[in-house]
Amino acid sequence: MQIDLRTVSIKPLRNTFDHLARRFGDKPASRYQEGSYDIQADANLQYRPTWEPEHELHDPGRTRIVMADWYAFKDPRQFYYGTYTLTRARQQESAESNFDFVDSRCLLGQLAEEDRQLALDVLMPLRHAAWGANMNNTGICADGYGTLITQPCMFAAMDNLGVAQYLTRVGLALGDTDALVAGREAWMNDDAWQPLRRLVENTLVTRDWFELLVAQNFVSDGLLYPLVYEQFVDTKLNGRGGAGVSMMCAFMTEWHGEMRKWSDAVIKVAAKESDANRALLSEWTRTWRDRCAEALAPVADRAFGDEAAAILDTVTQSFNDRAAKLGLDL
Amino acid sequence: MSDVFIALQTNEESRYIVEALLQDNPNAVVDEQPAMVKINVPGSLVLKRETMEEVTGRAYDLQEMQIHLITLSGHVDEDEDEFRLAWND
Amino acid sequence: MDMSVKKKLGLKEKYALMTRDLGWEPSYEKHEDVFPLIHYEGLKIHDWDKWEDPFRLTMDSYWKYQAEKERKLYAIIDAYNQNNGHLNVTDARYINAMKIFLSAVPSLEYNAHRGFARLGRHMAGVGPQVACQMQAIDELRHAQTQIHAISNYNRFYNGIHDWKHMNDRLWYLSVPKSFFEDACTCGPFEYIIAISFSFEYVLTNLVFVPFVSGAAYNGDMGTMTFGFSAQSDEARHMTLGLEVIKFMLEQDPDNLPIVQKWIDKWTWRGVRLLTIVAMMMDYMLPKRVMSWKEAWEIYFEENGMSLFKDLARYGIKVPDCVEQIKKEKHHISHQAWTTFYAAAPMTNFHTWLPNEDELDWLSEKYPETFDTYYRPRFEFFREQAEKGERFVNPNLPQLCQVCQIPMLFTEPDEPTQIAYRQVEHGGEKYHFCSDHCQHIFEDEPEKYVEAWLPVHQIMQGNCFAEGDDPTAPDFDPIASVLKYWHIVPGKDNGDFAGSEDEKNFAQWRGMATSNQ
Repeated sequence: MQIDLRTVSIKPLRNTFDHLARRFGDKPASRYQEGSYDIQADANLQYRPTWEPEHELHDPGRTRIVMADWYAFKDPRQFYYGTYTLTRARQQESAESNFDFVDSRCLLGQLAEEDRQLALDVLMPLRHAAWGANMNNTGICADGYGTLITQPCMFAAMDNLGVAQYLTRVGLALGDTDALVAGREAWMNDDAWQPLRRLVENTLVTRDWFELLVAQNFVSDGLLYPLVYEQFVDTKLNGRGGAGVSMMCAFMTEWHGEMRKWSDAVIKVAAKESDANRALLSEWTRTWRDRCAEALAPVADRAFGDEAAAILDTVTQSFNDRAAKLGLDL
Repeated sequence: MSDVFIALQTNEESRYIVEALLQDNPNAVVDEQPAMVKINVPGSLVLKRETMEEVTGRAYDLQEMQIHLITLSGHVDEDEDEFRLAWND
Repeated sequence: MDMSVKKKLGLKEKYALMTRDLGWEPSYEKHEDVFPLIHYEGLKIHDWDKWEDPFRLTMDSYWKYQAEKERKLYAIIDAYNQNNGHLNVTDARYINAMKIFLSAVPSLEYNAHRGFARLGRHMAGVGPQVACQMQAIDELRHAQTQIHAISNYNRFYNGIHDWKHMNDRLWYLSVPKSFFEDACTCGPFEYIIAISFSFEYVLTNLVFVPFVSGAAYNGDMGTMTFGFSAQSDEARHMTLGLEVIKFMLEQDPDNLPIVQKWIDKWTWRGVRLLTIVAMMMDYMLPKRVMSWKEAWEIYFEENGMSLFKDLARYGIKVPDCVEQIKKEKHHISHQAWTTFYAAAPMTNFHTWLPNEDELDWLSEKYPETFDTYYRPRFEFFREQAEKGERFVNPNLPQLCQVCQIPMLFTEPDEPTQIAYRQVEHGGEKYHFCSDHCQHIFEDEPEKYVEAWLPVHQIMQGNCFAEGDDPTAPDFDPIASVLKYWHIVPGKDNGDFAGSEDEKNFAQWRGMATSNQ
């Protein structure tokens, strides 16, 4: 028997869970709040990890950053699994129609042979850099403290994998499996790519997860995405008949724009917490920025030739401005 | 020989999957439970894209099945044309 | 360039380019520094490329299919909530099963999320890493969809208003908590055998399939939907579990004894954990789909055995504990329910005595044990209750050092004798519910002496409400512990009969079905 209840109005006993009422008052909570705040175990943890007995399973001591409340890192996008997945599915649908459009209109035919090769030279090794980013973000999610900051890193990891897979499709569209082989060869052995590969490998052994978050999501992405996708793909290639490549990379540009909002929020909150945090974040940002700019220089040379130094300088300068606005002292 | 099985949520899409499974596996046994349907087959089971396309009347990607899948048992082997489940005993 | 010469790539080739081709052998940093966790457990892996990916999902398809699942799921949850679907459940007692679910399960899913993130980072092959990462994000989905689906129950019923706080503290919730924290504190290979193989492949069908089918049967569309929706990811996870075991065993014959030991341990740990599911199926679903014993026979004794038969070619044996479980399947749900009934003041859900109908159903489903051992006990409880002397166990129970379940299980061959094992270690005595839990302890005593046992902690004075003074003359230890747990006495705990839940449900349903 199905009872028709549409006309019944009953008064709930409470609006939300107590842990949310303690934070936000007794009012209905959003699904972002219900699914994120306080859901990681934080009391009476059982057993020391055999892989790291000096810490508890969930332990704020895996970074030098100190926070009174690790749930201060509200994601401005308010992504939980559902909103994250729906957003990406929409973007994927539009990416799919971009790939179709490029293919059906033979847009890549407008690209001169040397520019096609240049696009492959610059983009293909980045498949591997994106995989490095994926491992870093996955690791941050494992080591981090508090769902508000660990879950966006899990999402970012899957996005990094998505980027590597879009780049693979770009390579297959612009060339063939040989293009991927050549990209891997350059990543492993070409002098121009060794500084970047060394940098990525250095991040893979960086154990302070917050430092890694700064190095990967704030600094490295903050320099690489504007340099490669804004300056190289959307500006240089686009101006030379590369609209097709630009369309196939639309996800990356859009994604970086969105991620910036999140990483800015993270840095801002952590820096505001204390002078000690601010000093640490400034030091990490400075160090990784210098290493990253150095690693990108030969890539920029390949991409921009004579204009490389000026373009890299512009990108670095605008990154510095961004960092300063967030309260960092570079 | 042990059974392999696959269980699906009861809905419109699954109806087609069950129909295709019964065509592709003549010795399949259907077990209806509240809100789910379980299909047991001795030894191994196959779902063919071709059969699904015939039954649904549209292009079909076998990975779509995952939306309705509840559980399965057996080793999975999947390519564009077939989804297979089997025991090796 | 001539586009027509391009090879058409098959699904497998394309997937390989999209995943494992992305990785590389590091040379600026040492392999063991990049992947520091893969050696210390003693597993030997020679070639990570031998990993076979069973489901070949790239991110584009992942986003597409998962978004479709999410859209469907939230549409149903919204509709269910808007229509006060909770008033359509068979009987308000059912909601207490949901209280246990929310108190216990999202935290498990959450720890699985973080645990698989660790493996997604630390396994040294792109194939298994990507599979673990997808599982990591899926598990977050499960935690969140469960919280979202059950959230509406919290607005109308008592007991789960502070589920997360209780999960870290309440006595019976240390059973699931310690299970998953145990797995998460293991090395990556043991973790994946524990969770992907022993739990997901061998046991998870027992939780989700009959129980969720039971939710549907009891009119709970919300739970049915998130349960089955989660389970659709589970099919991928189970396959990962099977793949991983083949991979480990094919890599090196020396891996067999290590893997076998983990399977034995985690099958037992998992089955002990499922005691509460057994109880929920047999006692808490007003309309029953099947008994725990029947579910065990279908999903373990039939399906599980097919799996072990298949793995026999690697030398894997059915875990020893299975013999004991075969005997215990006639008992555990009854033993658990009587324990919770007797502990009614200390729980965050309501208990009750089965009615005549239900007693008859139990007698029929458990012909070998119910009438002999358990029906008389329930009849005794009923007499007591009718006399106004509702039976309550006045003592805090002794907990097993490993599974953390109170000593409620009987000797496998002597159903009137509580099983009880004891071991001395480092000058202290430790207690166990069974030989299997004892062996797990003896194999790793350093780990299990660290267990946070709620009853011990209460005895040591670590579980009193902040600000309460245990030396005060009017100090009431039980009241203080309930306060520490955030249990509101008289609302969250005790008998279903006479509870606020019972009254509200009857009143609301009355409003819905009449013109009053």
